[in-house]
Amino acid sequence: MSTVRTARRWLGDHLVLGLGILVLVYTFVPIAVVVLMSFNDSSKSRNVYKFQKFTLDHWLHPGGWADGMGDSVILSLEIAAAATLVATVLGTLAAFALVRHRFAGRSAANVIIFLPMASPEIVMGSSLLSLFVASGFGGQLGFWTILIAHVMFCLSFVIVTVKARLSGLNDNLEQAAMDLYATEAQTFWRVTLPLVLPGIVGAALLSFSLSFDDFIITNLNAGQSVTFPMFVYGANQRGVPMEVNVIGTAMFVISILVVLGNELNRRRQEKALTL
Amino acid sequence: MSNAPESTVSAPPRAEAAHDLRLQGLTKEYATFTAVKALDLVVPQGQFFALLGPSGCGKTTTLRMVAGLETPTSGSIHLGDSDITYEKPYKRPVNTVFQNYALFPHLDIAKNVAFGLERRGVKNTKQQVAEMLELVELTSQAHKKPAQMSGGQQQRVALARALINQPEVLLLDEPLGALDLKLRRGMQLELKRIQTEVGLTFVHVTHDQEEAMTMADTIAVMNGGVIEQMGAPTELYENPRTTFVANFLGQSNLIAGDIEGRDGDQVKVRVQGAVASVPADRAHAESGQGWLGIRPEKVLIAETGHPIDAPGDVITGGFVTDVSFVGVSTQYQVRMPWGQELMVFEQNTGARGMLPVGTKVDVSWRPEFAFLLDASQDAMAGIEGD
Repeated sequence: MSTVRTARRWLGDHLVLGLGILVLVYTFVPIAVVVLMSFNDSSKSRNVYKFQKFTLDHWLHPGGWADGMGDSVILSLEIAAAATLVATVLGTLAAFALVRHRFAGRSAANVIIFLPMASPEIVMGSSLLSLFVASGFGGQLGFWTILIAHVMFCLSFVIVTVKARLSGLNDNLEQAAMDLYATEAQTFWRVTLPLVLPGIVGAALLSFSLSFDDFIITNLNAGQSVTFPMFVYGANQRGVPMEVNVIGTAMFVISILVVLGNELNRRRQEKALTL
Repeated sequence: MSNAPESTVSAPPRAEAAHDLRLQGLTKEYATFTAVKALDLVVPQGQFFALLGPSGCGKTTTLRMVAGLETPTSGSIHLGDSDITYEKPYKRPVNTVFQNYALFPHLDIAKNVAFGLERRGVKNTKQQVAEMLELVELTSQAHKKPAQMSGGQQQRVALARALINQPEVLLLDEPLGALDLKLRRGMQLELKRIQTEVGLTFVHVTHDQEEAMTMADTIAVMNGGVIEQMGAPTELYENPRTTFVANFLGQSNLIAGDIEGRDGDQVKVRVQGAVASVPADRAHAESGQGWLGIRPEKVLIAETGHPIDAPGDVITGGFVTDVSFVGVSTQYQVRMPWGQELMVFEQNTGARGMLPVGTKVDVSWRPEFAFLLDASQDAMAGIEGD
């Protein structure tokens, strides 16, 4: 009897921890495989999914990368950067308008913003393609049409994120700034923007990764251009080149560094403050 | 400095009149109601001035119009000779201590305090910030963020942040409202000390009558968008002109009476069979019906048949319905023959024990402490919690 009870108690104490570890494993094993495969020397074998031998070649010699991969990564980065910039600026302005001003159609606009997030990508992608073709841009699909598509779906996320931050902002602060001799412009740059900035930065990071990652909408509107996700999809027909794992690992490491840097900075500030 | 202006419109000419704050016919209308109605007010330079009233009386709206955070519907605001009615908030030599302090959460205390100076292009703010933090006793906290400070400390930062600009007028919007009672009493004295030290004009908005009386040189009691009465705290308390002021500032017994008319420098009032007199300068009604007012602590009480110490007008036939012992005083409720309950506060001198409930008593008061108000006003106006 007592062994059963002891076992039960042990289970009770450790169940949450155990499940937590399992969830983490479930999440990170695929990433670990990607990292591992980026060091795989597969030149001697046709099976690209089996680890053969450790090598740093893929990391050290980007010149030997598969045809078109480098270009696709550069295109994806360019589009992600441009889409992030445009969507963040437009979305932030829209969020200010929606939070700060009362106008006809405001509540309707607040609902419509959610539509792009709620619609299936295949619907948005194909309707956008129809629009481009119908308006005579069918022959010019490429960088600009991809950019327009990405700005479109990033915009909703930016507006929602910045709006949340802005609604939580005490508008007394801006009045206090004006009371303390700050002009409208100074109030914006010195008080409003710094306080909303975490929301804007979050929205920009989200936009970047959404854009870099997107396949369905991009694929429909890309014409002859090939973004990195499209390249991976295409390459996958013959077996993914090991270099894809290098890019995947690099992106993962960069994201982790951004998150860690942010956390360290926050802790450092807190520590400095408590002294 | 503590001279109250005789009239609400024109103060006597003085040397420093150049920097008086003058509101003329100031009105603020919203779609559904009028917050401030044709307000005329002069705040002499260097005064600690309180705008006192219940919530919704228009006191905060008035303050915000002076700060430039609300645009008046009509009327004007002058500071000295300059018309600032429609001036941008950042162009007025006026600073505000906000109700919830509105400290910038992303800046540390020193930067919060330096904010106003920096916006005006002052180069070296270090010295001034240090002096100001010393004034509010927060020197050691200069590099903390507002969120790491207590309410009382934040309040002092808000004060320092406004004072450092040496505004001609400092506006305080219920600055002590968020503090607990003990801290509030401490800060009241502190604020008064700082005001005396820096000699600036303070306009303080509050709904706390005790706070207004403790600190202000002059109090304007506001109700429903208009000033009911303005004057020194003692003047308002001792000689209220309206039932609202009589009830909002402290407590009052208001007894219905028929005004018999003037007799020399006294006005005679028939109150439930007895005749009471009120000095003419305390009678704010001359004929017809009136409210005879007397503060509870001015009412003397004694068991029927026993002598009353230093009596004036005497009314007999009451009995005690409630007794509360509050340490420094004993508070009686006395039911009078006509059914009304009067409040009587007796100083706890120990000369006599408490009168138990049911004791038959006489009450009396010195005629010079009574006041007379027009009967057209609501006797319950201004009673808190009503």
